[in-house]
Amino acid sequence: MTGVSTATVERPETSAAAPFWDRQRRLGVGVVVIGLLAVVLFGALAPSETARFTLSDDAEGAAFSINGQLGAILFGVIALAAGGVLLAGLWRRFQTSMLSLGILAFVLSFLCWQVAGKFLPLVDTVSGTLELAVPLILGALAGVLGERSGVINVAIEGQFLMGAFFAALVGTMATSVWAGLFSAAVGGVIIAGILAVLAIRYLVDQTVVGIVLNLLALGVTGFLYERLMQPNAQSYNQPPKMPEWRIPGLADIPVVGPVLFDTNLLVWLALILVFVVHFALTRTRWGLRTRAVGEHPTAADTVGIRVRGLRYLNVLLGGLIAGAGGAYFTLVATGSFNKNMTAGAGFIALAALIFGRWTPFGALGAALFFGFAQKLATYLSAVGSPVPSQFLNMLPYLATIVAVAGLVGRVRAPAADGQPYVKS
Amino acid sequence: MTTEEKAAPPAEEKREDSFLSHFLHNLWAANTVTVTVLSIVLAMIIGAVLIIVSDENVLNTFSYFTARPSDALTASWDIVSNAYADLFKGAILDPAAISAAADGSGTWKQVFFPISETLTYAAPLVFTGLSVALAFRGGLFNIGGQGQAIMGTVLAGVAGFALPLPPVIHLIAALLAGAIGGALWGFVPGILKARTGAHEVIVCIMLNYTANLFLGWLILQKGVQQEGRSDAISETVKGSAQLPSFGGELRANLGIVLAVLATAGVAWLLNRSAFGFELRAVGANSHAARTAGISVAKTYTLLMVVAGALAGLGGATQVLGTAYALTPAVAGNIGFDGLLVALLGRNRPWGTLWAALLFGALRAGGNRMQSFSGISLELVTVLQALIVIFIAAPALVKAIFHLRAARAARLGTSIAKGW
Repeated sequence: MTGVSTATVERPETSAAAPFWDRQRRLGVGVVVIGLLAVVLFGALAPSETARFTLSDDAEGAAFSINGQLGAILFGVIALAAGGVLLAGLWRRFQTSMLSLGILAFVLSFLCWQVAGKFLPLVDTVSGTLELAVPLILGALAGVLGERSGVINVAIEGQFLMGAFFAALVGTMATSVWAGLFSAAVGGVIIAGILAVLAIRYLVDQTVVGIVLNLLALGVTGFLYERLMQPNAQSYNQPPKMPEWRIPGLADIPVVGPVLFDTNLLVWLALILVFVVHFALTRTRWGLRTRAVGEHPTAADTVGIRVRGLRYLNVLLGGLIAGAGGAYFTLVATGSFNKNMTAGAGFIALAALIFGRWTPFGALGAALFFGFAQKLATYLSAVGSPVPSQFLNMLPYLATIVAVAGLVGRVRAPAADGQPYVKS
Repeated sequence: MTTEEKAAPPAEEKREDSFLSHFLHNLWAANTVTVTVLSIVLAMIIGAVLIIVSDENVLNTFSYFTARPSDALTASWDIVSNAYADLFKGAILDPAAISAAADGSGTWKQVFFPISETLTYAAPLVFTGLSVALAFRGGLFNIGGQGQAIMGTVLAGVAGFALPLPPVIHLIAALLAGAIGGALWGFVPGILKARTGAHEVIVCIMLNYTANLFLGWLILQKGVQQEGRSDAISETVKGSAQLPSFGGELRANLGIVLAVLATAGVAWLLNRSAFGFELRAVGANSHAARTAGISVAKTYTLLMVVAGALAGLGGATQVLGTAYALTPAVAGNIGFDGLLVALLGRNRPWGTLWAALLFGALRAGGNRMQSFSGISLELVTVLQALIVIFIAAPALVKAIFHLRAARAARLGTSIAKGW
């Protein structure tokens, strides 16, 4: 009942006309502030040395070079300008573009400061970003499927863990990556199945179930890890790693080539699924029904849609996808299972889902942004930057809080998200 | 108990049922007590299955099950009964220690050791459980107990080693610092919910991880990190700020006493104070409460501040009572465990206290089970999660055991709502 829509706000909006401090102007203030921060702080701190952005995995090859201090100030000024445009209320049609430009310029200014006197390998950064984003994309898509049909999925973390565990276990026993990937999906479905039965059939609070299932998955995988895998890693915890496939020709395109066309199946799977889920949600009968069930189940039931059946289907499909996302941790990232190895990634996926406003492409964008923040954090701690990596890692969480608080735009969950449907 | 008596329709009381028949009738009905007990039993059964399937020796005996079933059954029974016996001995009482103490070969301290451990683990859980339970009653789902507890450990820990204060005052100051840390972390979702309608669950989840990262950063800072150490551990809390304990093996400390006091305090706040009335009104129906002139926004904010302070105190007891130094995992899982404890305690203060004691006992027993029977401590996490799953889905337990419908229809702990 108390969804986001029933905000307890008592805003003093007396006139029906648009207030002066509308969304665009408030955004403008924010962008101007970060622009100022970039010019003054980053500009002052940046050493006047060359910052090289190389087009390869290392320091070699062609590169974009710019004086660090100059770059920090230049991009800061661009951010300021974008903020000024927003603040002045100009070009309202390009509001989103201006916002993106402002944020992008801010990030570039920050990078100029950090990279000054050093180099940043672009290919490595972009492919690292994408790889870190893969589980986030898959987890967020699982969330999209469940929540657009009205079932909150906080158990993404648990589905990841189960997926990662099953991938390692079955992958080792069958010595096959594909068996591992398949059983990872099954592992995700197990958790999703419990979630679905408890939430849809037994009407238990969905957030509670999600949190408890996370603990259950943590306990079960940790228990079996200590009992089976630790004493006998050879036969239970050494799955083969996912092979990288190189597509000749396409892989030779600079930057994009090595990132997109010399990589593993999971990356492609994640990117393709974003398009598939988007198309299915907006263009197919199933998608229309899913959205109807998520927004107004009673109305959907009236026209003959099986509300509960559809919710079961969507949650289980989500489990399939999130489980496959869990396989990333064992089959791609590390090559073996470890206790609580996902370490909160499921919750970052949840953040990406919310930050991406419950849409596939929004989730993709948010996941890439969060992946970039993580990648940058590792880069900065590797080059010994004064900016603590923990603060960059906080970025996804803080950004999501800002988003749900409506400080930058407004995110709105599907109307019936989290409300069990009881046929009366 | 009282609710069952109240719920019994007056017409039946006239028939003067004997106490025994009344008791037997209720025994197999889906009332709170029966469901709770059966949930624990179900969880133990599933735990037993996990123990059996994860033991290779026992599994080998199952390979010739049709030929000699007795082998498999005895092996299974042995491993499970040993594990659960150790769980009990580690949590409550070890008969061997009593006889050792009686004939002089052991000390009485060893007899009380299991109970002491149980109380030690239970104390922080009482606080975090109360935090969640209180917020629940006001219609808020405080999933941020973990973050609030972490901030509690941070501020209490820092106050514990940095402030130069005399003994008793130092302890009070450190506890207060912990409460303030948690309250700050509870204030954010509260004010955002009140002002912008941002769902507290989302904000809380995000703040949990933010607090975790903040702790990870803080420990490594100069002045906080223990001198001469390269790993992530802070200075040790001064003796003047430590919660007094029995000393030696008995780690049980003042924390559990404070926890009982806090339970009484929360019970009073909920049932006897004006704020408690307001928060229950808002929790029951925020629209009606607003119509009645209660400021919902103010209630939400204040409620989250109080809930945060409780969780922060939980973190403070952890660092001042047992850990004595900040580490990345100093708060353990007490925030999320507190959530389970509150659910198990049906969001009532005294129920939460009992649930926390049960969880503390499981944890204390789990330690012994791990070292004596070699069964991973993670089994305890599984048991705890399973118990709460069954508690949260009473209809499931009712269906499994074919329980009668309870007269007291108060089992729906679900507060079903969206983001």
